[in-house]
Amino acid sequence: MEGILVRKIKDGTVIDHIPAGMAFTVLRILGLVRSPESRLAVIVNTDSGKYGSKDIIKIENKYIEGDLLNKIALIAPHATINIIKDYEIVEKYRVDLPDKIENVVKCSNPVCITNSEREAVTPSFEVVSKEPVRLKCTYCGRYTEFEDIIKQFTEK
Amino acid sequence: MSWKGRDVINILDFSREDLDLLFQLANRYADEDYRGNDLENRMAALLFLEPSTRTMYSFMSAVYRLGGKPITLSKTEASSIAKGETFGDTIRMFDSYSDVIIVRDRREGAAKYAADIAESPVINGGDGAHNHPTQAMIDLFTITRYRGSVDGLKVGVLGDLKYGRAAASFILGLTIYDPDTIYLISPESLRLKKEVRDYLDRVGVKYFETEDLTDILPELDVLYVTRIQKERFPDPLEYERVRGSYKIDLSILSNAKDDLMVMHPLPRVDEISTDVDNSKYQYYFKQAHNGVYLRMALLKLIMGD
Repeated sequence: MEGILVRKIKDGTVIDHIPAGMAFTVLRILGLVRSPESRLAVIVNTDSGKYGSKDIIKIENKYIEGDLLNKIALIAPHATINIIKDYEIVEKYRVDLPDKIENVVKCSNPVCITNSEREAVTPSFEVVSKEPVRLKCTYCGRYTEFEDIIKQFTEK
Repeated sequence: MSWKGRDVINILDFSREDLDLLFQLANRYADEDYRGNDLENRMAALLFLEPSTRTMYSFMSAVYRLGGKPITLSKTEASSIAKGETFGDTIRMFDSYSDVIIVRDRREGAAKYAADIAESPVINGGDGAHNHPTQAMIDLFTITRYRGSVDGLKVGVLGDLKYGRAAASFILGLTIYDPDTIYLISPESLRLKKEVRDYLDRVGVKYFETEDLTDILPELDVLYVTRIQKERFPDPLEYERVRGSYKIDLSILSNAKDDLMVMHPLPRVDEISTDVDNSKYQYYFKQAHNGVYLRMALLKLIMGD
C-alpha cells in the first residue's frame, strides 16, 4: 500500500508503527518541522496488521539516534526504528522510553519552578508509567499526563 | 546517612533512623530548654519570599539559641528580586554569605532548585502546596515525644488535604513509620492529591478517605487539623457548608478518646474553637513550641562540628 504512495528511501531512518494521527507530533518532538535540510515523507493512516491503522515517517539521508528517538516513545510507545543503508534495513529496534527524561516536556503544573521564566532550571521527570505515559516532575512532584504532553506538542 | 551538610527538601528523603537521631537531640534540647554556642560564627540565611511567621521566627530563634547569626530576606520589595534578579541569582548570592540557606517560595520545587545551585545545605521552608518537611518533622517529633512512637496509632488528618503542604508532608512523613490507619477527612473537592495517594498505595500504608469526622473520631489517637481556605472554593455556599462541619470544639471532642492529641500546624482561624485551648486535647501550642527545639536539632546536625 505504502509503496504506491511513497517510494523506498536509499539511506536514512524510517519510523514505523506510530499511532494514527501522531506523525506530525512526532516530527515536532524530533525538531523536524520546518527543518530545511531534512527531506522526509509522512504517511498517515495506513494499514497496520497489529494496530488497525498507523502513521509512518521516512527521513532521507539522516540517522536519528539515541535519546532523541527514545523521546518519541512518549507518544508512540510501539514505534519501531529502521535504519536504512543502500535500500536495506541494517538495524531495526523498538523505541524505549528511559526511566528519566529531561528537557523535552514542560511540567503541567503552572506554579512549578521549571515553568518560571528566566530561571535556568531544566524540566526533569521520572517516568512513572510508559503506556499511557505518566511523568512525575523531579521538582514539584506533580504528574504530567499523556494528554498534557499531546497538548504541549500540538499547541506549539 | 550522615546529617552533616545535608539538604532538607522532602520529608521522604529521611529514614526512620535519621529521624530517631534528630528527635533524640530535639528531646534533649526541649528537656533542657537548651541554649549554647554550638553554631558560633555560623550564619544562616533565611530567605522567605512568601509570608511566614512561625517558620521564619522559629528558625531565627533556633539560630540565636545555638549562638549563630541569621541573615534575613523576608520580603521581595526593597531587594534585588524586586529589581528583577532571578531566584537562582539570589540563591547564589546568599550561598556566598552564609553556611545554610532556609528558603520559602511559592513556586513548587523552588527549594530543590536552590539546592541544585547552592553549595551550602538548603532547608525547604515551604514550596507552594508541595512540601514543608521541617513542619512534618515537628509533627512527627511531637507525636513521638508524647506518645513514644507513631507506630500503631490511628491518625486522622482533617481539612484541606489538596492544597495544604503541611498536611501532605505530614501524611507522607507518617509512612516512614508504621501507623495503624491514616484517616483522610476532607470535603470531596479538597481530597488528597493523586500523587500523594499513589505514594500511599505504593508503600501499602492503610488509609481511609471520608468526608465525615463524626463516625471515626472515637477511634483516633491523633487528630491533625488544618485550615480550609475560603479562596479554594468556587462557590461560597459550599465553603460555608464544609467549614461548619470541620469545626472542632469541646462538645465534638466529648466522643473522643481521653488521650486524643489535637494537633494543628497553625495559624488557625476558627477550625479549632478556643475552648479546646485549655483542655487535655490541646497539643497544637506544644507542637509550635517544639518547633524551635526541632529546628535547633536540625541546624546542629546539619551545620555542627
